[in-house]
Amino acid sequence: MTNFSRRGLLKTGAAAGVLAATGATSASAEPKRGGTAKIGLAGANSSDSWDGRTHSDSYMIVTAHGCVFDCLTEVAADGTLKGELAESWEASADAKTWTFNLRKGVTFHNGKAFGADDVIASLQLHTAEGAKSAAKPIVSAISDMKKMSDHQIVFTLASGNADFPFLMSDYHILMYPAGQIEEAIANGIGTGLYSVDTFEPGVRTVVTRVDSHYKDGEAGWFDSIEFVAINDASARMNALMTGQIDAANRVDFKTEPLMRANPNITIFEVTGNQHYTFPMLTNVAPFDQMAVRKALKHAINRQEMVDKILLGHGAVGNDHPIGPANQYYAADLPQNDYDPDMAKKILADAGLSDVSVQLSASDAAFSGAVDAAQLYQASAVEAGISIEVVQEPSDGYWSNVWLKKPWCACYWSGRATEDWMFSTAYESGVPWNDTSWENETFQSLLLDGRAELDTAKRAEIYTEMQSIMSEEGGTIVPMYANYVDAHSSKLANSGVIGNLWQMDSSRLAERWWMA
Amino acid sequence: MGSVGRIILQRLGLGLLTLLVVSIVIFVAVNALPGDFAEAILGQGATPEAVAAIRSDLGLDEPYLARYFGWLADALRGDLGTSFAQANFAAFAGTDAGSGLGSVAAMLGPRFANTMFLAGVTAAIAVPISVTLGILAALYRNSVFDRVANITTLTSISSPEFFLAYVLILFLAVMNPILPVLSLVNDDMGLGERLKMTLLPALTLTLVVTAHMMRMTRAAIINLLASPYIEMARLKGMSPMRVIVRHALPNALAPIINVIALNLAYLITGVVVVEVVFVYPGIGQLFVDSVKIRDIPVVQACCLIFAAAYILLNLTADILSILSNPRLRHPK
Repeated sequence: MTNFSRRGLLKTGAAAGVLAATGATSASAEPKRGGTAKIGLAGANSSDSWDGRTHSDSYMIVTAHGCVFDCLTEVAADGTLKGELAESWEASADAKTWTFNLRKGVTFHNGKAFGADDVIASLQLHTAEGAKSAAKPIVSAISDMKKMSDHQIVFTLASGNADFPFLMSDYHILMYPAGQIEEAIANGIGTGLYSVDTFEPGVRTVVTRVDSHYKDGEAGWFDSIEFVAINDASARMNALMTGQIDAANRVDFKTEPLMRANPNITIFEVTGNQHYTFPMLTNVAPFDQMAVRKALKHAINRQEMVDKILLGHGAVGNDHPIGPANQYYAADLPQNDYDPDMAKKILADAGLSDVSVQLSASDAAFSGAVDAAQLYQASAVEAGISIEVVQEPSDGYWSNVWLKKPWCACYWSGRATEDWMFSTAYESGVPWNDTSWENETFQSLLLDGRAELDTAKRAEIYTEMQSIMSEEGGTIVPMYANYVDAHSSKLANSGVIGNLWQMDSSRLAERWWMA
Repeated sequence: MGSVGRIILQRLGLGLLTLLVVSIVIFVAVNALPGDFAEAILGQGATPEAVAAIRSDLGLDEPYLARYFGWLADALRGDLGTSFAQANFAAFAGTDAGSGLGSVAAMLGPRFANTMFLAGVTAAIAVPISVTLGILAALYRNSVFDRVANITTLTSISSPEFFLAYVLILFLAVMNPILPVLSLVNDDMGLGERLKMTLLPALTLTLVVTAHMMRMTRAAIINLLASPYIEMARLKGMSPMRVIVRHALPNALAPIINVIALNLAYLITGVVVVEVVFVYPGIGQLFVDSVKIRDIPVVQACCLIFAAAYILLNLTADILSILSNPRLRHPK
């Protein structure tokens, strides 16, 4: 029953072209102010800090970008882009010049007024010498930042990028007060709804609602929030079940049925862009042969993997990296299905027989990767393909196996925009091109799509790119892994859950309230 | 007493030597593990350039000997260095961002205090209980009470710690919500609240260490009960309780103290699993995290603390044994 409703939800979500697949949660009455929420989060480290450039795990994403700091733009729970510290923006026809109008009357937690200088200084952090920011590719694409007034900036990009405002919502690109950035990073001084009382890295964070804020009436309902770092899954679930915390991320699939049975606990689950992959180096034999890649796409039972590896908490993939949380996700592409006869025929037509390949896997790639590889091995036998599963050590997996072995297991958390995802891992010549993917049509479409401002044309371009990847690409995407989080009956939400990241796109602190 | 002083100095000297050996073993062992800090911290982003950049930032590309002796020279001056994670963060951010979280000592300090607090609470519960139980078991040996006490403590010591922890959670937090599941202690808490938060892990650890101490107390006392001087005391018409507490116990103290010291050391070094289950912010969790990312300075510091705990507690036990035994106190 639960399985059915989960998939049902996903299908309707995808079919309707809805950007945010919403989980079934108790939509509640009007939001109201007050109360202290206690939130338990996995993904905390003792080396955590308020420096957005270093953020990569859930704990800091939720507490920094979703609570204490703001970005220029924000992806709303329904997937649309809206202004956060930017009020409005417009592009030149070639998408190269972007004018951003900033919100007036915003102050940092230390009283400093927010303005254009802060934006410029905050962006420059990512390209500072020695800084190894994950958002460097985004910011270094800006060739010039010009302050027109205290509340207007003109960005000139090296080449046109229609997604620029979308990229400004990236959780690394937080706005700090210019001239006080070190202090702001040390103490957590942002423009967010909540200011920091206590921050013990890897242990806990306590924040209090600021008195007045530009999001008043729209978000920020709690008086205060305590975030507790609980990396151990059983401890997190226990704490939620006994009411010591009100919400927790990353529900343990094994205990999920028990939690569902508890009337005080609601599980909220969304399918986002997080996907698991089996990338093959398309310049290494036998993966350089289209027939082998196509046969392998039909030799895998994707639904079985969703059922057995994700225990139903996911959706089947279609061998391209664009997910339901992306704007131009092509839900109507023909699905690559498990069809051993078809795979045999493809190989026979190409004059191939007895294909035998090695698949390297380790649970460092994703939890259950080795099991998934073994399932693949079993299903491929039917198609006359023999897969030898090579179990690799977890340590050094990303340095010694990924990008090195001809075929291996891998995961991607996905990216907010199509262009960003494609140009991270499938653009010709980029360092993370884990399939050595070189395809002229694909490459020219990528460049066209980036500078195209017309939404309809972009949809066309990105659909075609997904189609090319799905049919010919070097990666197998067996499944999208859901974000599965849970909350107790003490918390309530609007019923629309963002699917960009865990915990309502990591903005639970802003969007939820006490029931 | 001069001899005791000499023994202490001798043992402290040997202790320092042991610490040196421990630090060498740990350094070699951590380096022998596959992967290093750069690869562990970068994960999927471990491109050869990024790995090389981190290695050169942290000096991981220097020869092993140079790195070890560099660390040793600093440690001898009392500087345990900077955690790789923090040093890497500083390099990553271009500045240390005034975070001031730098040194290993600053990182370990509060966590070590928490671990000591947990060990202290556990010891305050476990030591009196086990010694009392041991005396009573010796007094009523082979009775039903003795058997029940033995079976219960042996069962609890034979169960894995996390299992005991979950059983206690089930009974004391889920079915009867008396105690919190998570031990979220922090500095703002009053002692009462802090004790309440610490009680579940402390009880778990009590179950783990009681059997050892109780059985040793019982065995040491029973061992003495066959001695002629006990016979004499009994013939004088003393009550069995008085015979044991007044005559047998003082002579049985040495082995009991030794076992207690061993168990106290275990409370400091062996609490990793319990800390993880109860999310107790002690040194154990930090240690596990650090081994995972091969953060050698932190691993070294943790191991030195663990080794020092063993050395000092053993030393204390030996001194107390000597002091409790007049024959050793006044050697011929």
